[in-house]
Amino acid sequence: MSQSQKKAMEEYMKQVEQFVEEVKKSTGLPLVPDQKTGAALWYDQRELRIKYTISVERIRRFFEGLAEGKVYATRCKHCGTVYFPPQADCPRCRRSDMEWVEIKGEGELLTYTVIYTKPASFAHYPDYAVGIAHFPDPGVNVLAWISENDPKKLRVGMKVRLKVVRRQPENYLTYELEPVGDGGES
Amino acid sequence: MAGRRVAIVGVGHSKYGYRNDVSLAELAWESIKQALDDAGVGQEDIEFVVYGNVGVWSSEPLPAVVINEYAGLTPKGTIRVEAACATGSAAIKHGYDMVASGQADIVMVVGVEKMNESPTPIVVELIGRAGNYFWEFENFGLTFPGYYAFYATAYMARYGATEEDLCRVAVKNHYYAARNPKAHFPREITLEQCMQSRYIAWPFKLYDCSPISDGSAAVILASEEVAKKLTDTPVWIKSIGVASDTSNISRRPDFLLRRGVRRAAEIAFKRAGIPLEESYRYIDVAEVHDAFTIAEILSYEELGFARPGEGYLLAREGQTYIGGRIPVNVSGGLKAKGHPLGATGVGMAVELANQLRGEADRGRQVPVKHGVAVANNVGGTGHYAYVIVYSLNP
Repeated sequence: MSQSQKKAMEEYMKQVEQFVEEVKKSTGLPLVPDQKTGAALWYDQRELRIKYTISVERIRRFFEGLAEGKVYATRCKHCGTVYFPPQADCPRCRRSDMEWVEIKGEGELLTYTVIYTKPASFAHYPDYAVGIAHFPDPGVNVLAWISENDPKKLRVGMKVRLKVVRRQPENYLTYELEPVGDGGES
Repeated sequence: MAGRRVAIVGVGHSKYGYRNDVSLAELAWESIKQALDDAGVGQEDIEFVVYGNVGVWSSEPLPAVVINEYAGLTPKGTIRVEAACATGSAAIKHGYDMVASGQADIVMVVGVEKMNESPTPIVVELIGRAGNYFWEFENFGLTFPGYYAFYATAYMARYGATEEDLCRVAVKNHYYAARNPKAHFPREITLEQCMQSRYIAWPFKLYDCSPISDGSAAVILASEEVAKKLTDTPVWIKSIGVASDTSNISRRPDFLLRRGVRRAAEIAFKRAGIPLEESYRYIDVAEVHDAFTIAEILSYEELGFARPGEGYLLAREGQTYIGGRIPVNVSGGLKAKGHPLGATGVGMAVELANQLRGEADRGRQVPVKHGVAVANNVGGTGHYAYVIVYSLNP
């Protein structure tokens, strides 16, 4: 089940590529009929692959925290505003003097969904649940996957905890929400 | 609102849908030609052209100049604007500002989108990335149905709305799309069909979601002096309200009401002299942003058609069909007329201009009593909020 969407997509794209190669051999042109309407389509001969490199220099501590099994928010030392996702600058008092505060204890699930139709770059995962939970300590909302992906076992208001996990198969550290107590044990 | 009065003097609207029979420029031309014909002006009369196009899934990175060339509008000044799913309304605002400020007397606004140049999983990915890429997509793979599902889940838990209530919005919008030859899906569906469709992002099923559409729409905007020479039935832009909400959906105070849309409505209605509470008493028809069924219900509340927490009852009671409290999305809406992002807001303007002029298709013309119509176009999940009031009265 988990690999099916990705496999199906790759298989389909391979078939299309093969078909275009055949058509080019016989006609000299990458023109293919639209599958639904028969309209003539030029099959692009150029491909663009994009992977971004994103600066996290000023919030490096957040990622060091994940390595310690902790999820951090930032708090402005002057006005006390707490930011999650963590910000290096406080727009409220226009200063950049922040401290790192751990998001601790139990949170309350505010809302959730389960993603069945996935983006291309997530097609290799099993169906995943995503939730937003409020953590009173230190007073932030966190959006993350929920370890339980059956919507019948999830409910608004249920207690959750933050947990640092290693995401597979990419093998990198991230965080997820884990139901605690009666509301959806595994 | 300070500035000169601005009227719509010509409209054009392509067939929305899976339009692989045309290129991006050919698709835009369908609406540009209609709008020029409708206004009775030539390319030489147009002083500036604003394009609404999100792109990325389509191959041309500079659609404004590509279409300007194809449509014989070079060397007129042009710009491409983007505000996610509210791109079309952002384009209208840009054109409106130019005419209202006296920079131009006649401006054309073209919304166009060709989403089917890329395969569906890639389009799902690109839309899912619109929100906050780094914190919400990179690790958690949100999709647009997923983002709006957060609102649906919270709303249903709080107020007791059901999946059937959501589906009733889809059934209504398909009912009217069946009477709109320009619609992507001009056919009716039943409540059972909607309820039995597969889950896309719980609690949304396939029929809760708007489709991936290609399409274009165009309006020609003119100053009062020019408008009165060109037409006997100018449709005036009374006011435009714009607001925003956080990029990270997690930073919103709740998932029951989109504050950006509420604020945009407050701004637009105040300028148009419409009270927000029970605003429906002053409005003949509304086009709202039903990218997902819950979004239409949220709009009912944010625009004052229902009190907070009671929007789903309008859907349950059929109050937004023609003859009910207020007709909403009698074009078929994004849900069934289709949602070609850049075209959507402009398409709303075309639909409402036709409704106010009494020129809508048979079976879906609303009774025009006040001469007032409202468009609510929302980019992202409330990220960009637009409310525009159109009127027969200057």
